[in-house]
Parts: sequence; C-alpha cells; structure tokens
Amino acid sequence: MYVAVKGGETAIEHSLELLADRRRGDRDVPELSLRQIDEQLALAVDRVMTEGSCYDRELAALAIKQARGDLVEAIFLLRAYRTTLPRFGDTLPIDTARMVAERRISSTFKDVPGGQVLGPTFDYTHRLLDFALMANGEHPAAPTAPVDTTNDLPRVGDILEREGMLEPPPSAENDAPAQDITRTPLTLPASRPVRLQNLARGDEGFLLALAYSTQRGYGNNHPFVGEIRFGAVPVSFVPEELGFAIEIAEIDVTECDMVNQFAGSHDVPPQFTRGYGLAFGHAERKAMSMALVDRSLRAGELSENATAPAQDEEFVLAHSDSVEASGFVQHLKLPHYVDFQSELVVVRTLRAEVEARLQQAAE
Amino acid sequence: MTDIAPGLADPAHDSQRLFRAILEAFSHPGRIVTLPEAPTGVVPLSHAATAFVLTLVDRDTPLWLEPAFDVPAVRDFVRFHTGARIAMREADALFAVVTPGRTPLLDGFAIGTDPYPDRSATLVIEVPTLTSGETRTIRGPGIKTRAEISIAGVPASFWAEWAANHALFPCGVDVVFTSGASLLALPRSIVVEA
Amino acid sequence: MPDGAYNYAYLDEQTKRMIRRAILKAVAVPGYQVPFGGREMPLPYGWGTGGIQVTAAIIGRDDTLKVIDQGADDTTNAVSIRRFFARVADVATTTRTEEATVIQTRHRVPETPLKEGQILVFQVPIPEPLRMLEPRETETRTLHALSEYGVMQVSLYESIARHGRIAKTYNYPVLVNGRYMMSPSPIPKFDNPKLDRNPALQLYGAGREKRIYAVPPYTPVKSLDFDDHPFEIERWTECCALCGSRESFLDEMIVDDEGKRLYVCSDTDYCQERQGAQAQGKEAP
Repeated sequence: MYVAVKGGETAIEHSLELLADRRRGDRDVPELSLRQIDEQLALAVDRVMTEGSCYDRELAALAIKQARGDLVEAIFLLRAYRTTLPRFGDTLPIDTARMVAERRISSTFKDVPGGQVLGPTFDYTHRLLDFALMANGEHPAAPTAPVDTTNDLPRVGDILEREGMLEPPPSAENDAPAQDITRTPLTLPASRPVRLQNLARGDEGFLLALAYSTQRGYGNNHPFVGEIRFGAVPVSFVPEELGFAIEIAEIDVTECDMVNQFAGSHDVPPQFTRGYGLAFGHAERKAMSMALVDRSLRAGELSENATAPAQDEEFVLAHSDSVEASGFVQHLKLPHYVDFQSELVVVRTLRAEVEARLQQAAE
Repeated sequence: MTDIAPGLADPAHDSQRLFRAILEAFSHPGRIVTLPEAPTGVVPLSHAATAFVLTLVDRDTPLWLEPAFDVPAVRDFVRFHTGARIAMREADALFAVVTPGRTPLLDGFAIGTDPYPDRSATLVIEVPTLTSGETRTIRGPGIKTRAEISIAGVPASFWAEWAANHALFPCGVDVVFTSGASLLALPRSIVVEA
Repeated sequence: MPDGAYNYAYLDEQTKRMIRRAILKAVAVPGYQVPFGGREMPLPYGWGTGGIQVTAAIIGRDDTLKVIDQGADDTTNAVSIRRFFARVADVATTTRTEEATVIQTRHRVPETPLKEGQILVFQVPIPEPLRMLEPRETETRTLHALSEYGVMQVSLYESIARHGRIAKTYNYPVLVNGRYMMSPSPIPKFDNPKLDRNPALQLYGAGREKRIYAVPPYTPVKSLDFDDHPFEIERWTECCALCGSRESFLDEMIVDDEGKRLYVCSDTDYCQERQGAQAQGKEAP
C-alpha cells in the first residue's frame, strides 16, 4: 500500500507517453499539418495568439496541435515560449485608420465614409449544420470586390469627436512608454494602458460574461457599436541605429470602438464616452467584450457609482487571466494530504470535545 | 573612446556565484564575505564594488555615482556591461556607489514608502578596510545574538544617520560596504548598538 | 545534461537579476512581500512557479538540490520539479536533507534540523496572510503598512469562541521579527516552530501572485496566539509504523476496505534515515 505513493518518476514517464499517444489518435487518420490548422481553424489560431500575446500563426497552430485542441492549454504553451524571447524594443503604435479592412461595420450610422463592409461573418448565417462539409466537398472561391488600399479609412469615433459629441481618447497618464504587464507586477489602481493589456490577454469567456452582466443592469453603460473593423495593418519599428521607422510586418487585427452614453456632470456637458477593444486576427466577440469591460472600468474616472463586478478594477484584473486561473484551480489535483491530515486531527479533537460535552449533559 | 575593462567571463555562472556570496552577506549582516573570482574591476572601483554592480545592476536600475567614481572609465564600463542609466539625481537611483566621505552619507536616496518599502535604494560604500575600524556591536535579523563590525573610514556621524535610517523601518536604504574583493552588508533591519 | 535550447536554469539573465534584487529586498525587510515581475514558467501556476523562479535565480552548478512535496521526495510534483532542474540547471540532486544546499518545498519543513548555509525555498499559493479576511490587495497593503493586524486577531478569537480553541491548522499566521504578519505557506502548524530562529535562510516564492518574501537566519518568527490560548501543534497518539517516530508529522493511510489506518512519517528522508540507523543498530554486535 505504501508503495503506491512511490514511483512518481515512472508514473510521470508513462503518463507523458500515453498523452503523446492520445494526441496522435488513430494512426490510420492522417496527421494534421500546422498549415491545415492555420488555414481551417484560423479563429482558434487567432484566439491563441491574442490571449497568448504573441503574433505567430505557425507557433499558435503548433500549440493548438500539441494541446489537442484545448485552447487554454495552447495559450499557456505559447505564453511559456514567449516569455523566454529576448526583447529588442517596442514597435510604434499601429494606426488602424491605415487598415486594409476586410470587414467594417457601424451600428451608430446608416452609412459612414468608407461604407459598411459586411465581409466574412457568422452574423447572418443560419446555424444549420452543413452536411456538405462532412462529404469533404470543395467550396468554390468567393467573389471578392477590389479593396481600396490607397485611402485611409476614417474611424467613426474620430468623426463624432470632431463634432465634440464624443470625448477624445482618454490619453495615457504621461508620454512614458506603457508599462509591460508581462515584465512588471500589477499595481493598483492600474493605468488604462495596463488595464487594456490585461483585458487583451484576458480569457474571452470571462470577459464575455462580464460584458454581458453590464447589459443586464450590473453596471449599465448604454453601449452602441461605434465601429468594428477587421483587416491588416502595418507594424513599424524604429531601429536605434537607423533612427527612422521601417515597416517590419503586417498583422490582422479586430478593433472595436464602443460609444457609450454619459449623462455629464456639473462641469462637463453630456457627451458620449469610449470603450476600446483590440484583438489579434478576427475576434469580434473578444474585442466587443473587451470594449464593454474597458468602459465599465472607467467608472471611477468618470465619477460614476462603481457597484457592479465589471466596474471593480481589482476584481476584474486579478481574475481575467486564463493561465493563472486554470493553473490555480487545477492545482487542487496536487496532493494536499499533509494539510488534510492537520484538519483531520483538529476536527477529530473538536468532535470528541463536543461529544464529551453532550454526554456530560445527558448524565 | 578608451578601452573598456572586461566584465564577467562567464556571465550566467559567475553572476550566480557572486549573487550567492552577496546573498550570504545580506543573510548574515556584519559577516565579511570574500567574493569568489571577483572580476578585476575598473579603476577607481574596488573588485567587490565592480562585482556587485555587474551582478545586480542593469537597464531597469538607474545607478548613481558619486563624483569620485563618475569618471569616463566607470561610466563606459557600466553602460557597456550593464546597460544601466547613470542617474542624475540621488533620488532617481536604485543603486549608488559612494565614498564614506560624503556627508550626510545616506541623504537624498529613495527610502521606499510604507506600502512599498522595497522601492528604495541600495548603497555601495567603498571603504579602506572592513577590519581595522572602530568596533561596533550589531543585532537584528540574520544575527544569532550579536555581531561585531570594524569598518574603517566611516565618520562617527554615519552611525547617527544609520540609527535614523533604521528608525524608518520598513522604509530605509540598505548598505553594502566594499573593500578589495570583500563586502559586508548592513540591511535597514539592523540595529547598531554602540 | 542541460538542455542547450534554453538558458542556464531556464530564466534569462535579466529575469534572474530582477528576481535576485527582489530576494535581497525581501531579506532586508523580513516578512514583507516584495512584488516581482513573475514570468510565465513552463509549469502551471499553482504548481510551484514561484518557488521554481526563486530556485532558478539562486541555483548554480555547485549546489545540491532537494525537492519535496508533502514532505516526500517521490511525490509526482516533486519529481517533476527535480527533473526540470536536473535538465535545465545541470545540478546534483539528493533526497537527503543533510546533503542539500537548496531545498524546494511544498507544504512541509523537513524534520531534520537545517543548518546555516542551507536555503529553504517555499512554494506559496496565496502569499497574503489576510487574503481570506480581506480580498482586496489595496486594503491589505494598507493594513501591512500600518501594522494593523486586528482583523486576524479577531478571526482567531472567533475560532476560540466557537470551538474553544484556535481551529486553524495549516497556513497558520506568524509575525516576523515583531513587524510583518506573514503566511508561512500551507505548511501544517506543526512546522511553524521550525521557522523560528532557524539557522537556514527561508525564501518564499509566489508565482501567480508575483511576490517574494524571506525570513533571514535566526530571525524570530512567532505564531499568533493569546495568553490564555497559547499556540500548540498537532499530536498523534500513534507512532510511525515504519520507523517508530513519535516526534514527526504523520500521514494517515487507509489500508483496507474496513477503513483500517496506518500512520507513517510524512518526511520520507527522515523516516528512511531512522530505519537505516535502526537496521544498523540491530546488525551491530
């Protein structure tokens, strides 16, 4: 019996072998290639890149394959890799007005400069299982309209802002580079750049539930989708030895600008306020949830009554990370028999004392 | 541009050994710890002060140099090997290298705040010897009962400053005395009795 | 052999320096939780990432590492962490408390008294001793700044009022050098007296919560109590079934369907040393 708790080393080795075997599954079924995952499970790749804070489609695909499709596990794999990478410097902020948008919608105006572009979306699909996909039928290529790559695509928010209807983007406290939350510990209260980083890395399910709660009265902030856009933006970097910016990459991002009512106060006339969301790849649910929660967390700054969970900065920021949450919840699987033994000893003692008292009372 | 003195020959392993020696000094305040394979150093810094800087200072920790040490050879050495910024003001520094002649010695450095006492500076004080000064008795965490230190070249006024620094606990600065290839640590938790 | 694809001891040098600076601050302010830029490790949060980062920042080729979980060297997580360091830090490992220079532990302090020069690294899940009484970091940080620990005294007193004794059994709060209240990590209170004036250096690492704290050698560590309810530790009526010890922390095992119990030392090295000494004693003429 005592031997059963020994032999951990062999047990771990066997477990790893079993896991590798299960990952591969039936050898008669062809192995997935990373390209297949990247191309055909692209939204899973997008989520892993976003919450893994690392834009690399191939590595994200590898993580998904290794994690057997468990996206939270894949995010963990990518993060643990990312943390070992050397830092060369910070890129310049991306300019989403320069986006080559594949999709762009606004729910605040019927038409906007640059137009409403539906693009690829699940929004108007009927959720009927497509049995044609079961038969491996090839789908013909979709007709594509020529995309305007010459002109900037003005943001709806900027148009409202010029009119004074929408507040200017809340600026960072100062011009210092934003603190990197993967290198320095969180201190509270947090600056908005820190909050936004935290939310960008935050678990989509957690943010979705919080965002949803604000729509059900737990911290209502009367949101409208100012704009959602998805497409490619250039990334630029200023190498110290050159002293000017060079374009080093192009990445796909989804951006969401929420426009929220604000009643105004004694000194400030009523105005619309902003909530902002950004995610790698195509991830509208994530970007919208992030934007709603961002706006909720601005309650203090806008002198609103902060009473709901989604307005509680410490609660939200401390619990948004799936890698932290998953690790700590699952650590309960580790042996705790020393602590449990301590509890057994004291509970037995307390029970004996109570029973003795009851006995005495009965006599 | 002058030649820059060499840093650690084997950074990962050298800095590990040096750190453990420094950790021993902090864990046993008053104990003289001789650094293993300390780098040659850059004049006018001692081997121990050089080793301390190479082990703990980097681009995240501004370093303040007393004018006596603020010479091109040291600046170039620090910038090349650690990437650290040279702080213009004492208050901006997380580390500093000073001489015991500076009065008041501890003035102007960050002492942290009550919620964040760790946001404070660590001072390296270069002294002639760690053994030939006036003997003083110290006690506090890391010391079994009492220990004695005999640091040379420290003015009497320093010990009043130290008492004031200790009274700030948990705030305050931490001090490392260096001489040759040896060092001795005096964390803010330590009481100097007499 | 170390794995050439990664840095020595896994962490890059800049990260190690950052952790080393935090450790020195922790030693200088005993019991204070120093925030540090905890990294994502290749092991999950809650499984020892804080202890692993501390160990990775201090360990070298001259060290001998021991890793225990629940007092045992051969529990799966201890094995996993020991394998990790043998792989990335090229370090000698041991199960013998006496031989180890660095001991990483989860939930126990070894029974064999530690010596000066040894370093005990604790894995800490929740570094804040007041967290279950006050969930907000902003609040607890203020309470520590003010040395205002009444809320814990009240909690312990309520336990006495309800049960006639302090029913807290593990993660039992301590006061370090008369200043900071500290979580000793979820060790059983049986181990609390070992923290007091211990000749070894105690380092505590909390990875998910990104905090490091320390107790320097010989530092007073007092378990909270009341004059009329002094601190006391667990006692067993049984002794270890393998080595006969009446002094060590015992694990209870259910050995058959009728619920028959067997008690053995939780500290496997201590138990084996005693069994070895007894076998030698028998063989001696």
